[in-house]
Amino acid sequence: MNDFQELYQEIVMDHNRRPRNFGELENPTSFANGFNPLCGDEINIYLELVDDQIVDISFNGDGCAISKSSASMLTDGVKGKNVSDAIQIFESFRQMLTRKPGEDFSSEILGDLEILSGVSQFPARIKCATLAWHTFHTALTEKDKSVSTE
Amino acid sequence: MININKIRNDFPILSKKINGHQLVYLDNAATTHKPRSVINSLVDFYENYNSNVHRGVHTLSMEATDQFEEARQKISSFINSETPQSIIWTRNASESLNIISYSWGYKNISEGDEILLSPMEHHSNLIPWQELARAKGAKIKYLSLNEDGTLDLSNIDELMTLNTKLVSVVHVSNALGTINPVKQLCDKAHEVGALFVLDGAQSVPHMLVDVQELDCDFFVFSGHKMMGPTGIGVLYGKMEILEKMDPVFTGGEMVLEVTYEKASWADIPMKFEAGTPNIADSIALGAAVDYLQNIGMVNIHDYEKTITSYGLQKFQELESEGVTLFGPKSSDLKGAVFSFHIPNIHPHDLGTILDGLGIAVRTGHHCAMPLIRSLGVSATARASFYVYNTLDEVDMLIEGIKSAIRYFSDGSN
Repeated sequence: MNDFQELYQEIVMDHNRRPRNFGELENPTSFANGFNPLCGDEINIYLELVDDQIVDISFNGDGCAISKSSASMLTDGVKGKNVSDAIQIFESFRQMLTRKPGEDFSSEILGDLEILSGVSQFPARIKCATLAWHTFHTALTEKDKSVSTE
Repeated sequence: MININKIRNDFPILSKKINGHQLVYLDNAATTHKPRSVINSLVDFYENYNSNVHRGVHTLSMEATDQFEEARQKISSFINSETPQSIIWTRNASESLNIISYSWGYKNISEGDEILLSPMEHHSNLIPWQELARAKGAKIKYLSLNEDGTLDLSNIDELMTLNTKLVSVVHVSNALGTINPVKQLCDKAHEVGALFVLDGAQSVPHMLVDVQELDCDFFVFSGHKMMGPTGIGVLYGKMEILEKMDPVFTGGEMVLEVTYEKASWADIPMKFEAGTPNIADSIALGAAVDYLQNIGMVNIHDYEKTITSYGLQKFQELESEGVTLFGPKSSDLKGAVFSFHIPNIHPHDLGTILDGLGIAVRTGHHCAMPLIRSLGVSATARASFYVYNTLDEVDMLIEGIKSAIRYFSDGSN
């Protein structure tokens, strides 16, 4: 397997080709815009929060396969979860990508998202994978804000 | 004629393996590799005659000064300037342009004046003028662009008028490869009494440049894009213009006489070179010029033209895959720079996949954000060649692109 095939695994490519929860929500309770000025990638996250639960989530924007599939998998991974669980997933995901070689991360709550762990070996691409997550975190905690990876 | 194997052997880095593959380095518009003679020149300086220049009477200082000034002389002959005095050492083309803007621009540009640029300028030949125009209430205008990425000069008389005080244009576009008709633009600028600044960062490494023949008022370039080290660049200016300009930086090295109250300036070029200069890299840039001249700039340009023609032909094969190649489609109108877009594959994904095959390309906006946006894309992938690249490497690029397209369409390799 080539290095890039480790990065672009079938699940990633599938989310890239057929992104889940793509588009705008009709009545979002929260929204955030994320931008990576280095490459021009842009992701919008739309949330519908009822009480403490993420009832619905969607995203749109323009970006590379890594940022798009990461956003798509994020929406799948947190839909239906309550806010504190979602933040825990966010923390684990971030830990997985920014860990030092050989360092462990808690994978049990990540599910399919673990497939993106290979991104940590491509330092130039980590921001691609985390863009949607920082945007999501902003939508959860700050509402209607813009976030930049820089 | 070019002996490509001999040339390649002069570049130690070209034998490097990247991800298990032979390096195919196609990011020469960003920076070029250095031949052994340039690397050795740096080592030689630090090992054998490291010293400050224009100061000591001791042997090492005199040797360093001789080599440093000889390098200036080499640059001067290389671009055929009137005198080595008109060659000012800077860090890079960006710094050179900033010096023109801060020194000449702030003194000579006033409210209502116009600065004319091309729409394909690198940020370095855009932002200094934006800042100047904002500070002075001047106006920036842009030349028009044809669909093929060449300049449209049909409305030049409307754009270049007596209000135009400065025209600054890139010689060869880093993003599209377009070779601009700079002699024509320079003559036109002079007709309306404007100064003509030429950004040669992407031209002087690849073709013969004669600043006197072009008659440009300023010419700027960076050393690292022409086989020299990073951190050294050049500002050429006509002597009569440089003489009327004030220094931007003051301090050591650039003075004639200093009292507790005031100072008078040294002659050009030292007036513009405050502080200890980048001695080692200046001398190594001289070694790069020797290397280039040894091959011959005409030979280099002719050889790269072959690469451009071949690349243009090979990119046609990719048209059926929906690949868009930006910029002119003739090797007379462009250098060996291929900026392209593939539907459904983001340039960054392509860059990662090609890197997996050992092929280095640049992806992004190439420091020309407004231009890339006007092409209707957020980023492009760019393959830029130099004299040490081969036609085989064009094939490897095309094959790499094809395998990326296959991988992204059905997941097979």
